[in-house]
Amino acid sequence: MNQFSSPDGPGRGWWRWAVIGGAVASVAAAFGYVGGWLAPQRLTAQRIVDALQRNGGLHPGYRRNHAKGVCVSGYFEGNGEASNYSTAPFFRKVRTPVVGRFALPGGNPYAPDNSVPIRSLALKLTAPDGEQWRTGMNSMPVFPVATPQAFYEQTVAGRPDPKTGKPDPMKVAAFFAAHPETAAFRAWAKGAKPSSSFVTQSYYALNAFYLVDAAGTRRAVRWRVVPEQTAGAGEVAKAGEPNVLQEDLTRRFAEGPQRWHLLITFAAPGDPVEDATRVWPEPRTTIDAGALVIEREEAQESGACRDVNYDPTVLPEGIRVSGDPLLAARSAAYADSYLRRTSEEAGVPGAVHTATEKQ
Amino acid sequence: MMKNVFSLPARVLHWSMAAMIVAMLFIGVGMVASVSGRHATLVAIHKPLGIAVLALAFVRVVVRLSSRPPALPEDLPRWQKVAALGSHLVLYVLMIAMPLIGWAMLAAGGYPVTLGGGVQLPAIVPADPVWFAWLRHAHRWLAYAFFATFLVHFAAALYHALVRRDGVMRAMVGR
Repeated sequence: MNQFSSPDGPGRGWWRWAVIGGAVASVAAAFGYVGGWLAPQRLTAQRIVDALQRNGGLHPGYRRNHAKGVCVSGYFEGNGEASNYSTAPFFRKVRTPVVGRFALPGGNPYAPDNSVPIRSLALKLTAPDGEQWRTGMNSMPVFPVATPQAFYEQTVAGRPDPKTGKPDPMKVAAFFAAHPETAAFRAWAKGAKPSSSFVTQSYYALNAFYLVDAAGTRRAVRWRVVPEQTAGAGEVAKAGEPNVLQEDLTRRFAEGPQRWHLLITFAAPGDPVEDATRVWPEPRTTIDAGALVIEREEAQESGACRDVNYDPTVLPEGIRVSGDPLLAARSAAYADSYLRRTSEEAGVPGAVHTATEKQ
Repeated sequence: MMKNVFSLPARVLHWSMAAMIVAMLFIGVGMVASVSGRHATLVAIHKPLGIAVLALAFVRVVVRLSSRPPALPEDLPRWQKVAALGSHLVLYVLMIAMPLIGWAMLAAGGYPVTLGGGVQLPAIVPADPVWFAWLRHAHRWLAYAFFATFLVHFAAALYHALVRRDGVMRAMVGR
């Protein structure tokens, strides 16, 4: 007995085939739209990283931004102050190993140190239970732009002119004119000089985050690290000293560990939490959460920082991302950069070739 | 009585996992193409949902092996029977392999494998950028293969339901 094989009998009519074809095509089209193939105008991580790569040139195996850098290591020693506001293990009175990286913005791993006034410090803290806190900080207190789209436009405007090798000043000026939110950054940049030392700089997380305490209360914060060492602060990297930062770092570590304080500033009601272009006015409650001690350096080609993606959204329990739109974009773009450089490292067929085609 | 529908556990697993897996494919392809706030939200859903699919896939394999499914219609052309068996096997393999590759890929990239709420999974492979790259590409291309196989499965189900009307769809719907 097998009435199961044909209980209703075959259906006739072209519409049945049309329904099948239409349903399958609709699902496929939805997939194509969500995946961006059918939405070519949408800003994606790939387009941002392509733009960075065009500006910096293709340097297989290197980061697509902040390409020139050096691995460092040391520890963070919490003092318990921030534990009143966050359950993150790093804030307790413990020492947590740190794998860090000093770098210059830009996609060229051979850029001279005087080419930009900004320096960066990225940190990865790992707790004994494997929880991690990654943060990427820059030596300016505000970011030029507030959104991924504006960052993309700024990158495109900053593309070096093939004739001069420098960005077209007209295009850069047009970008700034169209983006008044860059005012605070421009005011900072006016007085900024390219430091000849990584260790005399303060580094700002720029984006706001939330600290979450044991009761679940969240507080918006921005953090920065402020150096203890002051000798040589204000000295400037000059043309003709393309690697002065590296040389300075080696000298400093020969003298001993270099120290910073992790300062955490709390937002007052009404402070912009989702806009990295705006500073929070003084006075604001700021606490010293502990000491960052950097003891050693390693070349970035072989050091422990090489294979780390300093995605600022890798956070422990007790710290959460804010709604700042740059954070999600940083996470997505860093992931794409990380995939490109690890694919080049792995020799995945087409990895470098594909990237070259997009030049 | 002739058994012509799947067992209730098999049907519940099929439809709930169908929703989860299709959602996973859309979330995955969407999150890697997005730089908006959706990126973070989608990543936060993708990881625990993937682990849930993995856990349910093991249950499903046990259910599949312990209860005989209804036979395909006898008059179904042989190539379609082979295609049905083959695509089902591919779907079973992928619903186990994809979460494992995703998990291994994060471990190889040196990322903590967090599922939210403080839950962290152990690293199932050591951190290694070369492994990361290969696993990351495998995750993408197998996801495309997964989606393509799903589309074929979906089209075939509609073909059985609308054109052949042979009870195959009814066997999974249950009535």
